[in-house]
Amino acid sequence: MTDQLNTTARRTTGESEAIGGSGAEAGAATLASDLSGIDATVGGPVVGTRPRSLWTDAWHDLRRDPLFWISAVLIVVFIVMALFPGVFTGKDPRACDLAAARHLPSPVHWFGTDIQGCDVYARTIYGARSSILVGILATMGTAIIGSAFGLVAGFRGGWLDALLSRTGDIFYAIPLLLGGIIILYTFPNQVGTPYIVVVLKVVAALAILGWPSIARLMRSSVLQVMPNDYIQAAKALGARPGRIILSHVLPNAMAPVMVVSAINLGSYIAIEATLSYLGIGLQEPAISWGVSISDASGLGYVRSAPHMLLFPSLFLSLAVLAFIFLGEAAQNAFDPKRH
Amino acid sequence: MSRKSTRLDLRPTDGKVLDVNDLHVEFRTRDGVAKAINGVTFSLSHSETLAILGESGSGKSVTAQAIMGILDTPPAYVTGGQVNYCGTDLLKMEEKDMRRVRGDHIAMIFQDALSSLNPVFPVGWQIAEMFRVHRGMNRSDAQAEAVKLMERVRIPAAKERAGNYPHQFSGGMRQRIMIAMAIALNPRVLIADEPTTALDVTVQAQIMTLLKELQEESGMGLILITHDLGVVADVADDIAVMYCGRFVEHCDVHRLYANPAHPYTVGLIDSIPRLDQKGEQLYAIGGLPPSLTNLPTGCSFNPRCRFATDKCRTPGAPPLIEVEDGRFAACYHTEEVLNRERV
Repeated sequence: MTDQLNTTARRTTGESEAIGGSGAEAGAATLASDLSGIDATVGGPVVGTRPRSLWTDAWHDLRRDPLFWISAVLIVVFIVMALFPGVFTGKDPRACDLAAARHLPSPVHWFGTDIQGCDVYARTIYGARSSILVGILATMGTAIIGSAFGLVAGFRGGWLDALLSRTGDIFYAIPLLLGGIIILYTFPNQVGTPYIVVVLKVVAALAILGWPSIARLMRSSVLQVMPNDYIQAAKALGARPGRIILSHVLPNAMAPVMVVSAINLGSYIAIEATLSYLGIGLQEPAISWGVSISDASGLGYVRSAPHMLLFPSLFLSLAVLAFIFLGEAAQNAFDPKRH
Repeated sequence: MSRKSTRLDLRPTDGKVLDVNDLHVEFRTRDGVAKAINGVTFSLSHSETLAILGESGSGKSVTAQAIMGILDTPPAYVTGGQVNYCGTDLLKMEEKDMRRVRGDHIAMIFQDALSSLNPVFPVGWQIAEMFRVHRGMNRSDAQAEAVKLMERVRIPAAKERAGNYPHQFSGGMRQRIMIAMAIALNPRVLIADEPTTALDVTVQAQIMTLLKELQEESGMGLILITHDLGVVADVADDIAVMYCGRFVEHCDVHRLYANPAHPYTVGLIDSIPRLDQKGEQLYAIGGLPPSLTNLPTGCSFNPRCRFATDKCRTPGAPPLIEVEDGRFAACYHTEEVLNRERV
């Protein structure tokens, strides 16, 4: 039954492609999804049909995507690294021996040592915590602020929408990196500033500058959901605006935001490294990939001790890539044309 | 919580649950003011079924939305009239009270049941939500009630299917679920806006039968909005024919089908294909409905009417008057129409 329907769908798609024209293609796509709909309702016994929502469908697709598995494994490794660095290394990243500075990788120091004689491997492992923490918190911050503003703007419309959208545009016009530099330069860290405050400053800067893109996305998504009959039906059955937003608008409008947030997480990690490299993001004694890269790129070190730069950079790139891959995989899974 | 679980205390006073009086609605658009409803008056009693019949744009759905208070303002504005539910004018009611009328006292179902159901939640959850939000029930009680309701609207294997999502149901089943949500709180009035338009003919009949049975069980008043004369013939008590935002004829089903009193109704009935008249060209009403921003002077139907005279073109629409006992028509030439030569 399933095979037969799938073949029909495929054949129809082929035919319309032969006819050409994007309209025909779109029609075939609709037909194909119609057929899969029939498959879901007709195929198999009615009793005990496994419920399939947008999310279960997406999960179903994700499980078949190698990109997802690669990124998921990498992300899990990085998260474990951030939570329990002791699992990966027994060495103390702060136990440094100036006498053993700039050693090349060896069985004792797998990634070599840096200019202070600290173990690069241990520092790279411990550095994951800051990067992942900044990435996750900044993503949560932008997603929460952006979604809230976008929801209200799209749901309410009118002057409130205009006000929120224009406010967003003002922040959107500030380049992320430049804005980050200005904000962090204005509120510099003192020697005794606690680690978490240093991290939160970077997070706050990224959230303040990053929310408008999420707000725009959420707003357009809400505008797409609002004209649906189920919103009208909910109103006709006496639902309050808050209930309509939480039960009907938000769950149907949040998929794009989640996809973009996953991709953004990667870029926030990269920007944290950039800011740390410039000496205004995370600073010593905090350990982060950005700080390590900054240390390693001092005059002449790139040539004399390239391992100092190589390993933190490699980890940084892998982490950024993993989150971007995850976002891509989620995007494909949520794409309704694939169902 | 207690606020949610109590029902707004409104009871019918004289057997009439809904009494709409001289309702006017207009849409203020960039192209001018479209007069969508121009003085609609009717009342609905306990257990009564009123069918509102009309072509697209005649104001059927706008009437329903105005009663429910869910018109989008702007562009739509209610410019006059009353909607009395159990003696209370809903148009004057505050929005927070009105929300308790919707669903609890007056409920509505829509044409396309797939898009009327939220795609991301199982249907059982959506029905249960009615009980949780309006009655303050806990999750498991509400879920049990939802399954009972699904059985009441005759969904087979209701318990198992409560966990399914809307797209896993056929069109008829979805409409049943929508009906289940609408009758969940035992409303006194159910407005069905073209409930069977998106369904095929056999399923249409099943849905109509279901609505009729549910009405007999609960005694709710039913307003059926449709453009299909065939759908309502068996279930409706009264039919109101709408044209350009006015009722042009309003009477019981039998007399209306037997001998219409308004030229527009005549046109509608003559354009139904008949089994005993094979091989002839099907009758169609000439012309097109006028633009609502620019209604013709006098009777809105006069440019398309074969009975029209100069009187029909004098300013002011013909009033809806009682032409026979319990039969209303808005035409200057009712006598002529009733005694016309039959085709």
